[in-house]
Amino acid sequence: MPLDYVLRRFAVFVVVVWAAATLNFLLPKTTGVDPVSQKLMQEATRGGYIQQGMTQMMQVYREKFGLDKPLWQQYLTYMNDLIHLDFNYSISQYPKKVIEIIRDSIWWTIGLLLSTTILEFLLGSLAGALMAWPKSPKWLGYIFTPFLTLSAVPYYLLGLVLVYIFGFQLRWLPMFGGYTPGTFIGLDPRSLLDIASHALLPALSLILSAIGFWALGMRSMMVTVQGEDYMILAEAKGLKDNTLLYKYALRNAILPQVTSLAIALGYVVSGAVLVEVVFAYPGIGNLLYLAIRNMDYFVIQGIVMLIIFAIATTTLILDLALPLLDPRITYKGAS
Amino acid sequence: MADVVALSGTATDYAVKKDTWGNVRRYLRRNPSLLVGMFLLFCLLAFWLVGSAVYDTSRAAALSVPDTVHPPSAEYPLGTDRIGRDIMAVMIQGTMLTLRIGLIAGILGVSVGTIVAFLGGYYRGWFDTLLKGIVDVGLTIPGMLILIIIAVNIKDQGLTVDQMGLVVAIYSWLWPARTIRSQVLTMRERTWVEVARLSGVSGPEIIFKEILPNLMPYMLASLVGSVSSAILASIGLETLGLGPMAAPTLGMTIYWVIFYSAMLRGYYWWWMPPIAIIVVLFVGLFMVSMGLDELANPRLRRGV
Repeated sequence: MPLDYVLRRFAVFVVVVWAAATLNFLLPKTTGVDPVSQKLMQEATRGGYIQQGMTQMMQVYREKFGLDKPLWQQYLTYMNDLIHLDFNYSISQYPKKVIEIIRDSIWWTIGLLLSTTILEFLLGSLAGALMAWPKSPKWLGYIFTPFLTLSAVPYYLLGLVLVYIFGFQLRWLPMFGGYTPGTFIGLDPRSLLDIASHALLPALSLILSAIGFWALGMRSMMVTVQGEDYMILAEAKGLKDNTLLYKYALRNAILPQVTSLAIALGYVVSGAVLVEVVFAYPGIGNLLYLAIRNMDYFVIQGIVMLIIFAIATTTLILDLALPLLDPRITYKGAS
Repeated sequence: MADVVALSGTATDYAVKKDTWGNVRRYLRRNPSLLVGMFLLFCLLAFWLVGSAVYDTSRAAALSVPDTVHPPSAEYPLGTDRIGRDIMAVMIQGTMLTLRIGLIAGILGVSVGTIVAFLGGYYRGWFDTLLKGIVDVGLTIPGMLILIIIAVNIKDQGLTVDQMGLVVAIYSWLWPARTIRSQVLTMRERTWVEVARLSGVSGPEIIFKEILPNLMPYMLASLVGSVSSAILASIGLETLGLGPMAAPTLGMTIYWVIFYSAMLRGYYWWWMPPIAIIVVLFVGLFMVSMGLDELANPRLRRGV
């Protein structure tokens, strides 16, 4: 792998993270109102048991980012905190650090999104392949076409409809949450089943709305592949239809889909923010929603930076790994 | 003869045809996706037009109706919500407000994107390198997150609907800039552009007379795509509670539905109408953009 390609990709990674962090720092300064000190002041004057902590936090914050400090000094302090993954304390759950809160909820999101992304990919690609295959039965087309339309509908609205049908009307599945409140979550079969039944509706709304995207990509690739010479040769040799479909057409058409899958996996952390809000699923998206409602600025900032960091990292890994996987991608073309 | 040309010609042929209306009709018959999409969008427009003409839309304001959470009745065809608004009035106003946000962001996005794309793609040089860098970095970061940070910071000032459009527009020019730039790059190497350049035609004249007209269908498709993703982004932000809190947009209605758990309480009349309108809106935009894609890239035309 050429060294300058690796270096250039790495530079893009650094610039993305730096740009996002700088924007994150500068935006509050431009509005003239410091959302953090405002919120802290509010909490501190409200009193109550966390008041002591708030006053303390206010002092630390003033020391670090006070108006008496020049902007560049505040900027350096901010960057230094960021490099150490120190996102400060949560304002609404005071003694807890932001990074701890994120750590508690991120596994819910990763679990839900990882499984749905892979399922979407498998189901969608198969559907797309069958749609483009001239010998598949006609009724398949009638089943799959609605999915193409569903892909135009925002997934969280689909979630609302599913909650109403399966949660409210039929009462088959729980309507919200990640587990039954008050139960102890362990690795025993009973709680796993509980978690799965809570995850089913959010997963379904994500999958139903995404199948169309994968199917469309696969269908157009299948159409291209079917015109290739090796397909005509294979058919002339008298190979069975199933061999033709699975061993010849599908295997060649799936490569670009795998690339898309890798890209989609990069968005695992941020992909379901709104579906988590709809289902009150205890993942990172719902955390973000609650943080916005409470104006817990440090949590919002922490989540946003973490997601950007995750995406930049996966993009970097992808850029470095894809040319190794697919020889058709060259280092030069990516510049 | 005209028929043969129409069938085999490129998209620009349609623009110069004399019998424009006949050609449009013939084209729409071959492109049902465009037709159905336009019909759906037209229905929404008609809903707003007729609705605001015959219905009292002042009841879309909070606390304007005495009965809260009232199921549909003769007085309130779609019922009322917890904040004291008539859902029917909210829907009539919200449809237009949401479209307005999308149009502001979409038109701004495509205009800025086009200008930047032409300046960079046609003249190249350091500006193009800078532009490409900004677009590449910008598109790597999920737009939603940047919009969240921006919206959080200006939330306290109280957003208006138009400002919401501007917020979304901050991000909506990146994608048009990238795609239109790549089109300009191929256009500037075409023979007719080269001939024009060799005959001493100036840069701006080439851009406006040789390249722009050929990119019109493409830019139209790009506009519909931008409007659609701007509406998607705005509804997403509003659902998170980062929209114009007082305005009766469709996205804010979804926010209040979740805020008051209307789903769990069985207030079906509150959440069904906004979802139905949003679905019609997105399906309409999706079909129009599929149809326009076909118009913009004649090579996509296929029998499948």
